Amino acid sequence: MTDLPVRYLPTDRAPDRPARLVDDFTPALIDVGAHHLCPGCGEPIAMRSVVEVISELDVVQRAIAVFGIGCYTAFSNNLDIEVCQALHGRAPSVATGIKRAKPDTVVVGIQGDGDMVNEGLQEVLHTAARGESVTCIMLNNGVFGETGGHLTATTVLGQRTKNTLEGRDAEKHGYPILVSNLLAQLEGAAYVARGAVNTAGNVSRTKRMITRAFETQLERKGFSFVEILTMCPTGWFIETEEAPSYLDHNLAAVHVGGVLKDW
Amino acid sequence: MRQLMEGSEAIAAAMVAAGCRFFAGYPMTPFTEILEHMAKRLPDVGGVCMNAESELEAVGMAWGAAVTGTLAATGSTGQGLSLMQESIAEAAMARLPLVVFNMARAQGDYWQATRGGGHGDYRTPVLAPMDVPEAVELTQLAFHLAATWRNPVLVLGDYYVAHTSQSVDVQPLDFGPPPDLSWALDGSSGGSGRAKLVSPLGTQKQRDDVGYDLSEHYLACAAATSAMLAGIEPRAEVALCDDADIVVVAHGTPGRYIRAAVRVLREQGIQAGYVRPITLLPFPSGAVARAAEGAKVVAVYENNQGQMVDDVRLAVLGRTPVTFIGGLSLDSSGFGIAPDLDVTILRDRIAGALP
Repeated sequence: MTDLPVRYLPTDRAPDRPARLVDDFTPALIDVGAHHLCPGCGEPIAMRSVVEVISELDVVQRAIAVFGIGCYTAFSNNLDIEVCQALHGRAPSVATGIKRAKPDTVVVGIQGDGDMVNEGLQEVLHTAARGESVTCIMLNNGVFGETGGHLTATTVLGQRTKNTLEGRDAEKHGYPILVSNLLAQLEGAAYVARGAVNTAGNVSRTKRMITRAFETQLERKGFSFVEILTMCPTGWFIETEEAPSYLDHNLAAVHVGGVLKDW
Repeated sequence: MRQLMEGSEAIAAAMVAAGCRFFAGYPMTPFTEILEHMAKRLPDVGGVCMNAESELEAVGMAWGAAVTGTLAATGSTGQGLSLMQESIAEAAMARLPLVVFNMARAQGDYWQATRGGGHGDYRTPVLAPMDVPEAVELTQLAFHLAATWRNPVLVLGDYYVAHTSQSVDVQPLDFGPPPDLSWALDGSSGGSGRAKLVSPLGTQKQRDDVGYDLSEHYLACAAATSAMLAGIEPRAEVALCDDADIVVVAHGTPGRYIRAAVRVLREQGIQAGYVRPITLLPFPSGAVARAAEGAKVVAVYENNQGQMVDDVRLAVLGRTPVTFIGGLSLDSSGFGIAPDLDVTILRDRIAGALP
């Protein structure tokens, strides 16, 4: 945690200044553009990137997305690709079942850090170790956004969450799990990368990672994984416009971006 | 062709005959051999058997396969099913056809099976075979019911059903035209403006100006559950009850021993009869109530401390006294080998319950 000046907002009441919708742009394959997530959230950018890649690779009619449970679940009934909603933590097994039963489908799991690393860490590890021909996407904002900004297994040391108001302290709360780094060590994982959506450049780089991950699946090279660092100004209790730089100085300082493994 | 088969192998053969093409499991006695036989048989018919890393993965994988309209199953013993309960409950809310085997240790899982250990307002039909030929039939019925009602269906067996060898002829049973699979996912509706969604949260999409409406969805699921329970005919084997002074109720393997014990009692001039529920949910309440008419007592035998006895009491509704003559009976392994499953012991237990 760097000493960046951050104007922390109170955690016990709504912000004084309401957030507002800036632009109601609706990308292809997303049904309703005005999403119900908070302004400044990184998850809609990540979702848009995923569906854009599905469209660009011309696999719209073969794609099945498997959703975990988190704020991003707001997209599970808002896409024009087929969706299977999984239980919290269980998306990698469900994705496995779909892919094994219908090998011609292109299967992508969408989970958050709470869903994948807290609730279902073993699922993604085993799925990667099996070299399952699916793509798993993890939206990592380091908090349980949906419950209101609570500590997850990826929360970085020093990060303020609603149940670590003084910041994550290793002595009390342990250390964050760097899940991409774990997965990259597994033989079955063919492609592992960590991107972010806090700048235009990062969005562009992340989209190339997602593309490569889907190519990994299409070429049947093994398990593919993209971790995407996303902004959560609400769960971080900071001003919306400060979230991109907060991400850089906190989350991304520990969960370092880049391609960790490529076949 | 009749063949001598161990129950687990016969159940696997019956699954394949029923069209099951996906199985995922995690070894646990006495369920393990079903997994072994599915691992052997499914690849030969173009199916997939997954050695799941835990029961959570097993039911998750089966969930994924079921979403594609593939007939899918998983299973374990009661302990493993405890782990699966969240998925079984939510699979009912996602309206997924899924068959789950519980090769239970003794009969302590009656409540788990019939009440369900998961959350929310759901029910799962439960079929309880007493021997290998019946397991072959009920296994196929389970897939038919699951696909017809789009709901998880449980097959509740035990150590004896899994490990007894009997002569059986496994043939596909004809249940009529195949059920509608238009809801299942294969990716092809993507980009149509109406891409399909299978979710325990409902199937309404935001483009219809509504989001997930859990109130509406759960009410729709409840209606589907009611229709399912009304639409499945309860099954029971009933014999010698017309003039019976004592009616004994038992299910599964003990039901088979009770049947023999009742026949011995009849030979000794004691007017005993029996009811063996085959569907535990829906429970054959009507059959039990009719059998109890005119009897002095209804005795329930279970290899547990008394679970199904509640359903018998609910069926009889106080018109005839109901007494419990069962009790946990286990060898040191706890796998469900019951010293009490002895016709002489059970005969004396029944006779002792007569007023």
